Order: sequence, then C-alpha cells, then structure tokens
Amino acid sequence: MKCSGWGRYPQVDCEEFSISQKTNLNELITHCDSAIAFGNGRSYGDSALGSHIMKLKQRDYFLSFDHKTGLLHVQAGVLLSEIIEHYVPLGWFLKVTPGTKLITVGGAIASDVHGKNHHIEGCFSECVHEFTIMLANGEITTCDKEQNPDLFHATCGGQGLTGVILDAKIYLKKINSQFISQTTIKTKNLKETFEAFEKYKNMPYSVAWIDCLAKGSSKGKSLLMVGDFRDDCELEYKHKHQVSIPFNFPTWSLNNWSVSAFNWIYYHKVTEKISHQKVDIDSFFYPLDALGNWNRIYGKNGFTQYQFILPKETSYEGLDEILSTIAESGKGSFLAVLKLYGKANDNWLSFPMEGYSLALDFKVEPELFQLFEVLDKVVLKYGGRFYLAKDARVSKEVFEQGYPNIEKFREFRKKNHMDIKFQSLQSKRVGI
Amino acid sequence: MSYVLIVGAKSDIAKAIAREYAKHGYDLYLAARNSAELADFANDINVRTQRKVKLVELDILAYQSHQAVYDSLEEKPLGVITAVGYLGEQKKAQVNFDEAQRILDTNYTGVVSFLNIVANDFEQRKSGFIVGISSVAGERGRKSNYLYGSAKAALTAYLSGLRNRLHQAHVQVLTVKPGFVATKMTEGMDLPKKLTATPEEVASDIFSAQQKGKNSIYTKWIWKYIMLVIKLIPEWKFKGMSI
Repeated sequence: MKCSGWGRYPQVDCEEFSISQKTNLNELITHCDSAIAFGNGRSYGDSALGSHIMKLKQRDYFLSFDHKTGLLHVQAGVLLSEIIEHYVPLGWFLKVTPGTKLITVGGAIASDVHGKNHHIEGCFSECVHEFTIMLANGEITTCDKEQNPDLFHATCGGQGLTGVILDAKIYLKKINSQFISQTTIKTKNLKETFEAFEKYKNMPYSVAWIDCLAKGSSKGKSLLMVGDFRDDCELEYKHKHQVSIPFNFPTWSLNNWSVSAFNWIYYHKVTEKISHQKVDIDSFFYPLDALGNWNRIYGKNGFTQYQFILPKETSYEGLDEILSTIAESGKGSFLAVLKLYGKANDNWLSFPMEGYSLALDFKVEPELFQLFEVLDKVVLKYGGRFYLAKDARVSKEVFEQGYPNIEKFREFRKKNHMDIKFQSLQSKRVGI
Repeated sequence: MSYVLIVGAKSDIAKAIAREYAKHGYDLYLAARNSAELADFANDINVRTQRKVKLVELDILAYQSHQAVYDSLEEKPLGVITAVGYLGEQKKAQVNFDEAQRILDTNYTGVVSFLNIVANDFEQRKSGFIVGISSVAGERGRKSNYLYGSAKAALTAYLSGLRNRLHQAHVQVLTVKPGFVATKMTEGMDLPKKLTATPEEVASDIFSAQQKGKNSIYTKWIWKYIMLVIKLIPEWKFKGMSI
C-alpha cells in the first residue's frame, strides 16, 4: 500500500499493521524486523515510513487524571486535540504544543516537539513524567529521566527508533481562560525582526511569519506574534466548523507570483506597527488545523519543509545569507516561520538549541533539491542543524554534523538490537 | 435522569457513539455480552469526560432475560441506542440454517425483544428517544448479503412502526442507515474511500440527527442518493446484476 507523511512526499510502498487494543504487539515485534511506529501521519517526511509500519492510533485510551497535580496518563495513540477538547473546559492545557494538535502523544515524544513557548518551557519531553515503551526484544519498560536516562534521552526525539511508545504520563498546565492576548508587531527588515524578538523574549509565546521573497532593504520583514493566556475565566471551548480542501490544487497554482501576492496581502492587512488582539486557542496555536487537508494546496507531487536552526551567535548573519539565496531563487514559501528558541536539552536527537529557526514549506519540483543543497552548505557553515520530523531529503553527511550525540545514539541502538528491529526510510538515509 | 443506554456496546460504531454522547454530558449504560471486557473503555470515557459509565450484562439472543436486565437499571435511561450487528457469512448461511438464524435473530429478533420493553416504558413515561441502527443493506436484497439485508429491512420496518406508535407519546424514534463504515466488521474489505465513513463520523451524524428530532438518516448522507438510484433499477435488470 502507498503511504506518505503529511508532505505527501515521498510516497512509498509500506506494509501496514493496525495495532488495536487487542493486538499482540509483542508477537509482531519479535517476529518482524525493520518496523516503525506510525501515529497520526503528521511528520512531514519519511520518519514514520518504512517497509513495515505499525499504526498505533487505535490505542487511544485515557487511563487516569490527577485533578490536583494535572498529571494525565494516556495511551500513546491519543491525539493532543482530544486532550485539549476534554481538558481545556476544566482549565488545563498542554505545557508544550506544536503548531498542530493533530498528532499523537507517542509522536510528540518521538519527535520531542516544541512550540511557541520553547524559549521558556522547552520541548515536549519537559512535561513527560514517564512513559512505557516496548523494546526490540518485546519487553515493556517504564522509563523516566532519573531511572533510565539513556533510554529517555534516546527516545525523546529518537523518531520511534528505540521502540514502540505505549503510554505516557504527562503534566498539563493550569489556565484561566481559553483566550490569549496577542500582540502583533510589524517589522520592516531582519534587523527589526531580531530586535523585536529580543524585546519580547519574556512573553511566554512568540513566533514570526516572515516574507521570504522580500529583497533588499525589506529583506526579513515579518509579523511577530507574541501572547499569553488571559485571566478572564472563559473556558468554554467551542468546536469550530472545519473547512477542508477537497482536492489537489493544480501544481502550477503555487508560483512566484501567487506567493508574492499572498505575502503582500498577509503583510499589509496589518496596518499598525503594534496591534493587540484577543484570540482563541485554536486560532493562536493551530491556525492551519482549521483547514482540513491543507497539504493538498501543494498539488499532487506534495511538499516538503526545510527547517533548520542556527546558534544565536551566527543567526543573524546566517539568516541574512539564506534569505538572500531564497529570494534570488524565486522559490517562494508562503508559510515561512521564524522563531527564537531557548536552550537545548539533553536528548540526543532533539532539534532545538538556543538560536533562531526558520521553517519553509515548498512544493516538490525538480529544481528544488538543488536549492536545498546550496542552503545546506550555508546552514552547516553557520553551525546549524535540521529537524527530522520535517525532513524528507537531508543527506547523512549533512545531518550528522549538526548532532554531537549522534554516535551515542547509534551505539545505543546497536547495543540494544534496535538498529535492525526499528528502521524508517529516514533512519536508513541519515544513518541513525 | 441523564443516562443513555447503548446496546451492542462493543461494536466500533457503538464505542464512537458512547464517546460522542459522553462528550455532550450524558452518562452511559454500556450493554453487551461479556460486558466486563468493556471496563478499560468505560474508564477511558470517565477519564475523558468525568461522566458516569456503567456496564450492563446483556445477551441479545437471551430474549427471556431482557425484561430483567431492563428492570435492573436503577435509573431508567432517557434514550436507548441499539448498535447490534452481525454480518455473518452469506454463503454459509445459505446452506447452514444455524448461521442464517443467528444473522436474523441478532440483527432483528433480539433487537425487537429488547426495544419492545423499552418502548413500553417510554410510552408510559411519555418521553425518551430510541435510535436503531439499521443498514442500507436493508433497502434492497442483493445476493452478496441478503440474509443480513433482510433482517435489517425488517428492523427498518419495525422502527418505522414504532415511530408511528410512539408519536402520540412524544417519543422520538430515529432510524439510522449507515452505508460503508470502516470497522472491525468490514476490515479487509476493499471499500471505496469517498463513500466510507469512520465510526466517529457516523456517531456525530447520529448525535446531531437525534438532537434535532429527526426520523431517519443515511450516513454518509450521499447514501441517500446512492440507494435512490439502486432502488430505481427495474427488477428485470437488477436480477442479472452483481453489485
């Protein structure tokens, strides 16, 4: 059966196993090599694709919740959207959430996802009290940072390559409103954008949309959005009507002109230098989830995201060079996201480090990968690295330069026979 | 009074319905055979929604026990949803009457036995709703599943009569006719994606139709038109077709 990640690139043949509550997973794992866990299919590239994929979404039971401490115990197939739906009305929210709520808890751990508050709260693993995981020999182990630190640091961010995460206990955070007070800051160029990030770095949530086609003196112009939860006790979480993209857009519909036009409108609809809004959780954290199947906008060949992070010292210079390269290539991305990150954690393959990350979505077309190779060199020159959860193409040589703990990860996998048992297309490509 | 009783609670559709009603603030009775196997699922709903969930032991084929089971419910439900379904094996049922009888009794006789009891109670109380899950297979008999189809056809007629009878008592009766649904029952079948609903979609359709006081729905909605076309095919043509 043809399978793909959220970017719908690549599309490959996979043998699928639906794992239900009753499936004997132990038997499957002990008898099947080269398998990989698959959650809700929201990794963009090939991190959950392989010859045998284990679909775990049906293991979606909530197990317990402590209303005093906010500790929630769920099976790994539970979606973040389900947690939000049931617990926001009770005044609880995720400590860390990425830009989509349509991912499983298991996937959130395996990619050690992060969100708009990374500079304050860190990655998803920060809220993980413990998890259970089925290892290569079929054994189930409970894992936390203190008792088995190696397994914890390898699994959080380890892209499912250490085993199958079965359930997890995560801490939720208390909120007093389902609304966020948002401030939007309009900047004219990269320098102003950086200054704004620094100025608002104490705000709990921040992210910027950047016009990656802007050239010359307006290169790096952005809309920085920062915010925090309100305190108005309005917790009624309303389910919004979802609009879906019903079919693939023609591949020519996204081009230099249409993206430029979109960027112009998006930037100019904000008229004031600094403006304030009251927005709900879904609009603030998950704007794209409101548009079902939005990946179809990129046409039948799919899209890929180029996301990298640069250390803070080199961020300005590096981004300046990268934005110039992209603007000159004319390959536009209308979803270009810039963000200031906090300190790196101890997980061996977690993406974040202190600095700036840029994420760009591009529709897949032949010349694109040449541009990426040029950009790769610039990212490496400035000491940056790439995010596996978004990746579908980075080479082993390029990838491994960004991750100092990669050998530790490789050895750990080998020692525990995980290297043969758990494999994805991505793990084979980047040699992890 | 806040309980909704779901009969045949182990099916994928029933489970999705249970979550849907709990999400909207209803407590639940989940009735099934070997209902203890639903303990983890009941806990899941309770942790998600803080609603009360009680398990009820019910064998739909043990007709004699039905009254006692219903009487044992401390608080009577404000609505009952039957999601009992047994597809069976058509070919086997053609040569083995035990299989044929199992299909007919599970999908029809058992449900009638139980709903008769519910209907009497609701009629007397002059309130309540009954949702019966039938099937588009009951709209026209086809060689591939006409035993299942005929039981569902009978159920559709039964529900229609029940609706007529209970109208005076202000009891709503909703007939649900799902088309293809991706469940355990249809696992392994090659179903066309665009026409196949998830159990969650079916549950959401049922909840909104029930709340709006509707009489009969197809889910997905497109099945209304598919069945219209299928019913319009003249018999002389239909009898030679394989659909």
